[in-house]
Formats: sequence, structure tokens, C-alpha cells
Amino acid sequence: MSDITRRLMLAGSAAVPFAGWTRIADAATPKDVVVFAKQMDDIITLDPGEAYELTGIEILTNVYDRLLRYEAEDLTKLVGGVAESWTVSEDGKIFTFKIRPNLKFQSGAPVTAEDVEFSLQRVVLMDKTSAFLLTQLGWSKTTVKDLVKASGNTVVAKITEDFAPSLVLNLMTSIVASVVEKKVAMANEKNGDLGNGWLKTNSATSGAFKLVSWKANESVTLEANPGFRMGAPAMKRVIVRHVPEPASQRLLLEKADADFVRDLTPDQIKPLASNKDVKVESFKAANTFYMGLNTGYEPLANPKVRQAMKMLVDYEGMVKSFLAGRFIVQQSFLPLGFFGAIAYNPFKLDVEKAKALLAEAGFKDGFAVKMSAPNVSPWTEISQSVQQTMGQAGIKVSIEPMELKAVIAQYRGRGHQIAMLSWGPDYFDPHTNADTFAHNDDNSDTAKSKPLAWRNKWFIPEITKEMLVAAKELDAKKRAQQYEVLQKKVTDEGPFILMFQNNNQVARRVTATGFNPGITEDLNFYRTIKKS
Amino acid sequence: MARSLVKRAGRSLISVALTFLGLTCVTFFIGRVIPIDPVLAIVGDKASRETYMRVRTEIGLDQPIPVQYWRYLKKVLQGDFGNSVITSHPVLHDLWQVFPATLELSLLALIIGVIVGVPMGVVAATHQGRWQDQVIRFFSLLGYSMPVFWLGLVGLLLFYARLGWVEGPGRLDVSFDDLVTPITGIITIDSLLAGEHEVFWNAFWHLVLPASILGYLSLAYIARMTRSFMLEQLRQEYVLATLAKGLSPWRVVWVHALGNIWVQVVTVTALTFGSLLEGAVLTETVFAWPGLGLYMKNSLFNADLNAVLGGTMLVGVVYIGLNMLSDLIYPLVDPRARDA
Repeated sequence: MSDITRRLMLAGSAAVPFAGWTRIADAATPKDVVVFAKQMDDIITLDPGEAYELTGIEILTNVYDRLLRYEAEDLTKLVGGVAESWTVSEDGKIFTFKIRPNLKFQSGAPVTAEDVEFSLQRVVLMDKTSAFLLTQLGWSKTTVKDLVKASGNTVVAKITEDFAPSLVLNLMTSIVASVVEKKVAMANEKNGDLGNGWLKTNSATSGAFKLVSWKANESVTLEANPGFRMGAPAMKRVIVRHVPEPASQRLLLEKADADFVRDLTPDQIKPLASNKDVKVESFKAANTFYMGLNTGYEPLANPKVRQAMKMLVDYEGMVKSFLAGRFIVQQSFLPLGFFGAIAYNPFKLDVEKAKALLAEAGFKDGFAVKMSAPNVSPWTEISQSVQQTMGQAGIKVSIEPMELKAVIAQYRGRGHQIAMLSWGPDYFDPHTNADTFAHNDDNSDTAKSKPLAWRNKWFIPEITKEMLVAAKELDAKKRAQQYEVLQKKVTDEGPFILMFQNNNQVARRVTATGFNPGITEDLNFYRTIKKS
Repeated sequence: MARSLVKRAGRSLISVALTFLGLTCVTFFIGRVIPIDPVLAIVGDKASRETYMRVRTEIGLDQPIPVQYWRYLKKVLQGDFGNSVITSHPVLHDLWQVFPATLELSLLALIIGVIVGVPMGVVAATHQGRWQDQVIRFFSLLGYSMPVFWLGLVGLLLFYARLGWVEGPGRLDVSFDDLVTPITGIITIDSLLAGEHEVFWNAFWHLVLPASILGYLSLAYIARMTRSFMLEQLRQEYVLATLAKGLSPWRVVWVHALGNIWVQVVTVTALTFGSLLEGAVLTETVFAWPGLGLYMKNSLFNADLNAVLGGTMLVGVVYIGLNMLSDLIYPLVDPRARDA
């Protein structure tokens, strides 16, 4: 074999893997189609009576209309969705919703009070994860059919628990108040599941979009409903693609194969500043990032130790460095933007003061403590920063990084010493967070619910009573004052080091506008998106 | 003859059954001791105690682990692998969806690995110690030691974002989604069967980069192994004898020496294919490729035990199948295996 042949063979061998790369790829998504690239492997169902995962709630916000809503046009104003108007009885126990006339499901059938009655009852009867939102009103499998009833074009809902009307109305803007077409759901019922199996991957709706397909770990495709009550959405299709790797999301955006990407990290956002085709925007979100201190672990039971630890976190330092743009300091359990939320940030890094408090508490030389934290960004960076600053006062924090779900499992079983996690509200009312941060009147292992105060063994029957009073308060001003007091108590005395509230960072093509995420996933609307 | 065949088939069947039993047993028990709560994966963190306990009972976790295992085994024997928590579909349905995506990727990667890797290994061996050998060894070592995750991102940055030679992450552009009815699940084949040439080319340009990167990794391994097999052969006396008889060096290397290592190459290829099928998690993550690796990873992190068990069984089937296939190929490539 000649040398030339050998060399040719060698070169040929090396070139084969790249031989196919001889084309110019097309770019840009169609003008009436909007493409999101995001991590969406949290979806486990798209039945609005069952879904309770963040991406699932966002998708269903756009697929189903709800009894009441906060609409994209004014995210602070409670307005009717399927309901045209509503009244509340004087004692705050009976809610009457008048259904809009001439509303139609995408099947062409009219939306009736009976559909609303069915949708609310269905959530309670199926008793899936989200059912607690409605069962807390006193509705149960045996009573809900008597308490939620359609009559003509109205639905009357009676509650048996004491709750502020604003709280109940806010619940009617949440995922569980999505209106499902009864006839279609029941036509697809199997073994008494009220259509649950079918609705996991199909829709029966009067909302702005209909569900075309959900391919797990791949994509969700929605199609516009031209007959939507607020007008046909500008985008005929919305495609949400599961792209797990943020770096790949960035490339898709830069090549115009995605219009919006949602999970970019700071190191990917920075270089985008020089790309004139792309814009990055920050929107306030409602997750509270905090550390739970288990008071069952002796040093953490001491209020002075907890006070000291709250002074051993470099809140400002973190938000000005590796958390820049993604978080703001918020040391109250209510995120800013919520009714009653206060910007109360009494703690800052103060090692000397913390040392003095530790000495007073009998821990002059500090102590050792384990901290469980999810093994991904930003938890890893935050936990390392906390480890370093607490170390300055002699508190030896050993970080135990683990899968998020493993941290939660340990936390629910009160097996942690410190757990670093986040908490997102369930609906747009302060009670949703108060009910977990300021609720523990049964500290036994067999307690009915496991709110965050319980998980950290913070037994607070008195504060729990105050929290329940605030939940029932009819006067909005008084109610706000009650939540202010509660927030200060939890921040000052509670077993929580409340640190940050997050921002939603969305990177988009400059040609795609109109997607302005709200503080919760219930407020992320696709119908307002436009492309030029 | 017939009796021995039956005996061999019987032995194989028993071995396969025992392998499966071992697989289900080990995976099942590991799945039950990992610190992720499968009930939480279903009901979420905020569920009430009643809901939590009800679901726990529904999925049988209130029973002792051996009882749970026995129940699972009985269902599997009836072909029911249960439903996946994260997709709500039967696990078999899910596997049917995700496996073809991985198969498509792995097949092209393997073809690249074999077509390029084997000649590279041969050339390296015949030029031992010379520059050709050094270049090939360096090239292989690079492929062997470079993180596939990094390689994937750099590949995307260069060939997709900068040069625009290939399509980006995913199996198809959004405008081609759902145009072809899946028959085999392998989009390139299905689109050809449907006569959708545009879809075929789009799928191909999406496939070529991840497949090339996986192909590079497998060719690195195949080339290194082929080189060492060939070096062993080239030291044999028959090589010297055939050269002394006047046969051309080309014929001695590419026909006689290479002919003698095919069995080993087939074994290496089968193992490479197996690891490509089960181990493309990182490539699938970077390229948003909805295949088996991504499915298994998500299932594991969500304590979706039915899916993890189903996926593990599938990987087991693949390895057993590849072993059997190798056994069938040996006699075709080496007459000595025919007589054995």
C-alpha cells in the first residue's frame, strides 16, 4: 500500500464523522407560533383538578378559564372569569357567582353553572394534591354536593369554616377553580375517575388555548381558541419545549429557534447583554428562600442562638454578587407584591453581635450543625456562603448536598438540623404562607398537617390563633395590620432564617413581546404575546 | 445435534430468566431504600396527611417490602409494568416512545464508531510508534477523556450557533412536529416511509451532531481496542510467514490479521452499543433528546420506581439481546467459532 493511499485513508477516517455537516441551518420560528424553551420535567398531569406543579399550573392558566381571575391587563384587580359577577352574604359564608351568558366551550357547547358546579365538586371528590385548597373551606367528599350547587345561571357556594371573603375569592382565581366541560369529562370517565385519566393529556375548556399534545420530557403544544371571550390570542400556537440544559436554551434563543427562554444562569445572561436581538427582563416572583432551623436540635432551640444565626448571613453580599438580578433581600414570610407584605429586613451580617449573643446563650465557642441543601445552583453557592459566614462565629456548618426531593422528604420527617429550601405560595392571598410559617398548634408526630413551623418543631399555639384570626378578618385594613404583626414575629422569633425573594428572569427575542410573568404561575399569560 | 440445540436454548432461557429476576430484585430493593419518597413525588410537598396516607396505601407502600416485590413481580409476569408517576402513562408505552429516540442516536453513533474506529485502530497498529500512531492515539485519548457534556456544548456552539451547519437541540424543528405518524418511532425512518423528505432532512440535521459526538466517543474506544488486538496479531508468526510467501502487506493486514480479530471487534462493538443505549444521559440532556437516558434520569430523581424498573429491564433485555446477537455473528466472521 502506497504512502499516499495510507494518508488518504487516515484523513478519510478522521473526516467521516463530520462529513455530513455541509449545510446552512434555517432559523427563526414562524410568526404566528411562539416557542418557549424551559425545564418542564415537573409536569406530571395536565388535569386542572389534579395538577399542582409549577409548569403545569402555568400551562393550565392558559388552557382553562377560571371562575374569577387576575387578568394580564391588571394583575392587581380581581375580576370575573367565567363568572360575570359575584356577591357575598353578610356573614361571609355564602358566595353566589353569576355565570357569564353566551360563553362557549371549545366544543361549541355553552358554559353553564352546572359545569362550574361540577368542576369545583370534582376537585374535592377526586381528592388529589390540590384538593386541600378547597377542603380547607369545610368542603368534603360527603358535603361538597350540598355546599356547592348550581341554580339557573348561578352557582352558590357555602363555606363552613371561618375565612375572610377575600381569601375565598382569591381561591376562586387558583388552579382548582378552572372550569371543565362536564359533558366531555364524563364522556371520558373510566372507573369513576370523573375523567381524570383522559384530562391528564386532553382538555375540555373555554380558555384561551386548547391542549394539542403533551409529550412528557419533550414538549407541550397549545392551539389558540379563536372564540375566547377576551378575543383570539395573537399566537396560533404555543410550543413549550423541554430543554433541560440552560446553555442549550441560550443557543436556541440566539439562533431564533426559541422566542423565550426561562432558565438561564447569570453566566449565560451576562454575555447576552451585547446581543441586540435578545433582551433579558426580570419580573418579581413569589418564592421565599429560607433556612429552617429544627428546634429539636438542642442549640437551635435557644432563641438567642437563632437570633445570632440570623446575623451570620451575608444577605446583601450575596444579592450583590452571585445572586445579582435573581434575588432581592426579603426577610418576611410574605413576598412583596402580596396583600399585607412588608419590606421588613432587620438582619444583616454582624459577626461581633452574633458572637456576643452566642456567648450569652452559652455557646461561646460555637457548635457543629448539619445543613441539608439541594445539590444544584443557587443552593450550592448560598450554602457555601452561609457556611463561611457562620464559621466566623465558630458555628461549624457541614453541608449535606442532596436531591431536592430528598431534602424535602427529610424535612417533612423532621430529620434535619438545618434545611435550606424555598417556599412558593399556593394562591394569591397572604393566608397561603401564613398558614405554613405561622401555624403549629399540634406538635405531635401524628399532626394532621405538616406546616413549616411543625417541621421545625416550633410549637406556637398562640401565634396560630392570631394567624387564624387574620384569615377570618373581614376588614382589609385590620387584616393587613394583623399580617404585619405576624410577619415581624416570625422573622424575629421563628426558626426561619428568611433570606430572599426571587425574580423571574426571562430572556426573549426582541421580536417577541407581551409575556410578562406575574408573581405566581397563575399570572403567566400567553394570550398577550405578539411577534413582529 | 437437535438435542444439543434444545439443551443450549433451555440453558439460555434459564440464564435469561435468572438475570431478569436478579435485575428486578436488585433494582426494586435499591429503589425502596433511596432517600426519596415516592409518595411525595405523586402528591407533592403540600399534600395533607390524609392524601399522603391514601396514596401510600394505593401504591402499596404500606406493605412489607417483600410483599411489594412479590406483587410487582406478579404484575410484570402478566406484562404490566405499572404506570409512570411523571408521565401518567403505562411504563411500556413510555419506553416505546423514548427507546426509538435513543436507538436512532446510538445506531448512527455506532456506525460512525465502527466505520471510523476500526480502520483507525488498524492504521495505528501497522504504524506503531510512528506519527500516524501518535496522532490516532492522541485523537482517541481525547475522545476517551473529554467530558461528553462539554463536547456537546462546544459542538452546539460551533456547528449550530456559529457556523449554522446543523440543527440545534431536539429531534425536529417545531414546524415539523407531528407531521409524521410514528411507525417505528425512529423519525428518520418514519419520515422516509411516509415520503416526507423535508422532515427526514430536518431530523437528520438534528441527529448528526449528537450522533457524531457519541460516535467520536465510541470510535475512541473501538480504535484503541482494535489497535491492541491488531498489535497482538501482527506479532504472530503467520504474519511473517505470509509476508515471506510474498503476499502484499495490505492483504496481510486488512484480510488475514484483521480477519482474525473480528470476534473481538464484534464483542467490543456490542458492548459499546449497549453502553450507548443506556448511557447517553448527558448527551440527551445537552441536546434535549427525549430518549431513554433522560427518561431514566428524571424517573430516578422523582422516585418513579415503576419507570426506573421498566427502564432497567429494557436495558437488561438490550444487553442480553446484544450478547445473543454477538453469539450469532461470531460464526459468520470467524470459521473457528463455527466449529466450536
